[in-house]
Amino acid sequence: MDKILSASDVYDRMMSCPHYSGAVAIVLRFEVYYRMQFLSYLINGISLGSVYALIALGYTMVYGIAKMLNFAHGDVIMIGSYVVFFTFGSFGWNPAVAIILSMIVCTVLGVLVERVAYRPLREAPSLAVLITAIGVSYLLQQVAQLLWTSNPKSFPSVVANSSIFKPLQLFNGQLTISAETIVTILACIVIMVALLYFINHTPAGHAMQAVSEDRGAAQLMGVNVNATISLTFAIGSALAAVAGALLCSSYPTLQPTTGAMPGIKAFVAAVFGGIGSIPGAFLGGVLLGVIENLSKAYISTQLSDAIVFLVLIVVLLVKPTGLLGKKVNVKV
Amino acid sequence: MFRLKNMRKSTKSNLVTFGIVIGFYIVIQILSALGLLTSSLSGQLVPICSYVILAVSLNLTVGILGELSLGHAGFMSVGAFSGTIVWTTLYGQVPNWLGLLLSFVVGGVVAGLFGFIVGVPVLRLSGDYLAIVTLAFGEIIKNVMNACYLGYDSTGLHLSFKDAASMNMDPTGTMIINGAMGITGIKKASTFTIGIVLVILTLLVILNLINSRAGRAIESIRDNEIAARSVGINITKYKLMAFITSAVFAGIAGVLYSLNYSSLVAKKFDYNTSILILVFVVLGGIGNIRGSVIAAALLTVLPELLRAVNDYRMLIYAIVLIVVMIFSQSPQVVAWRKRILDGIRSRMKPGPKAKEVQ
Repeated sequence: MDKILSASDVYDRMMSCPHYSGAVAIVLRFEVYYRMQFLSYLINGISLGSVYALIALGYTMVYGIAKMLNFAHGDVIMIGSYVVFFTFGSFGWNPAVAIILSMIVCTVLGVLVERVAYRPLREAPSLAVLITAIGVSYLLQQVAQLLWTSNPKSFPSVVANSSIFKPLQLFNGQLTISAETIVTILACIVIMVALLYFINHTPAGHAMQAVSEDRGAAQLMGVNVNATISLTFAIGSALAAVAGALLCSSYPTLQPTTGAMPGIKAFVAAVFGGIGSIPGAFLGGVLLGVIENLSKAYISTQLSDAIVFLVLIVVLLVKPTGLLGKKVNVKV
Repeated sequence: MFRLKNMRKSTKSNLVTFGIVIGFYIVIQILSALGLLTSSLSGQLVPICSYVILAVSLNLTVGILGELSLGHAGFMSVGAFSGTIVWTTLYGQVPNWLGLLLSFVVGGVVAGLFGFIVGVPVLRLSGDYLAIVTLAFGEIIKNVMNACYLGYDSTGLHLSFKDAASMNMDPTGTMIINGAMGITGIKKASTFTIGIVLVILTLLVILNLINSRAGRAIESIRDNEIAARSVGINITKYKLMAFITSAVFAGIAGVLYSLNYSSLVAKKFDYNTSILILVFVVLGGIGNIRGSVIAAALLTVLPELLRAVNDYRMLIYAIVLIVVMIFSQSPQVVAWRKRILDGIRSRMKPGPKAKEVQ
């Protein structure tokens, strides 16, 4: 398609067309163009949603096991992205090495935060934990701001010069899928499958399930609760590092508040899919990404965030346990 | 006969709180009369009152009801915009005092209405959900107000969420809200006296609510929801009562705040503002209204006085949030603190057992 046709353009061309068949052809081209556009919004939405899903996994696992909302999760993403930015962007390291280093840094950070700030409050009321988590989130943002200033940094794409991942051209070049999108979606699927295998088929995964079911009983059965919770934070934070690198490759502005909004949206995704459920986090993330991208494209750029949050409120109204969440009866 | 001795403990404590507020007012008036007030401090007086109201009202939700609201700035924003619209449209058409009164009433009522809309679905859910939904609410309000274009001309009201051009408004019409630019050309109306009157009004309502039957019901929900339900307390009703009261005063504080400046933008009422108010509440002591008043006033003035640490202000707040929470709420730390204190006490003087032997 050479140029974007508006509806009135199409009408004018149809009217000026000498033959009936020519008019039909123009209408068809018009339709194909918009269908391609829709498809490209949809695929970008799935890619964004995959990032949300990766972040949401961290939220949902921590929420399921430690029964707390880890507000600082989004800011762990930001720290991870800065690590990739400096190692890969400034020093020119291999992107894979940079991401692995970022995963290690985030894992250490996540475990450290849990150890220092959350563990002393494990028996405290949830309000206290929540406020502490907000404090940690703020702390990470402020530290980043002092270290690296609040000036936005332009993040280089981790797959830009990759020899393996290339942009994909479909339908005679009418639809281009960027390499970032492909990598993001692939990474999300691989991580999902690996995580499900880990949870369902390894002793550590079983321990996690047990702690999430009943912490006291798990402890009586010989599960090391502290180690399990630390492991959960470690996995969640490592996934956050991957999510950060992918997110910033597609949306290349990095600043200390970069992680906050995706973090909150990922939490919305986790609630949407059913908090505590791993496939739910995936489903919720992808759906949320698609909703956000389509509303950005067809409703309003400025209101897309508002629409995403409206989804959360509607979900909580209609089905508070989320799409795949289990209903838990509270016993006295 | 008016006797201090026979007064209830709560009444006495409330009187102290009012005394602090009135004392603060008198001190400021004296300083101002003597010309000792720096311009930066006198510019902070109305924001101080506004933040005090916000902190006190948030404390009702966080401290008394025991639910975390992260969208207090959202209620502030809704109140500020609706109140300011009333003020600017009525300006010059009704006496100023009436216009001001109406704008405060409208700001409070609209914020309360939003409190109801947000509260009804969410208060049925537990803890963390309220926090995240109020956060979402705050973001929705910020985004919507940021994209909102409102104006009127001879044909009526025009509203658009795209840009000024798509409003189809007559060029002679008046623009009320201009998207991200917000409301401009506001005639300043807030004074320190109005602020203090509103602070006292807020304290009157909220302290009375806390010490009433309803207040005890709200506290019982905080302490044990299931037990409260089992003795026949209507959970939803009392939760909503606390939440809406809190929202109403946030709205009033928003009007007070916005009428202190000549322009009003939606960006001012963001997540950071909500957190700032939460910091006041936590530092003043969760559930301690007097603490909120003092913390809000001090923490609004201090950064002005200590320009040097301004860069580190939010960092310090963040650390304070974490440290205060761990120190006051962690069972291990509380036990450890008690041990240390007991150790110091027993070293200072002979223990009570030794006394009994004598």
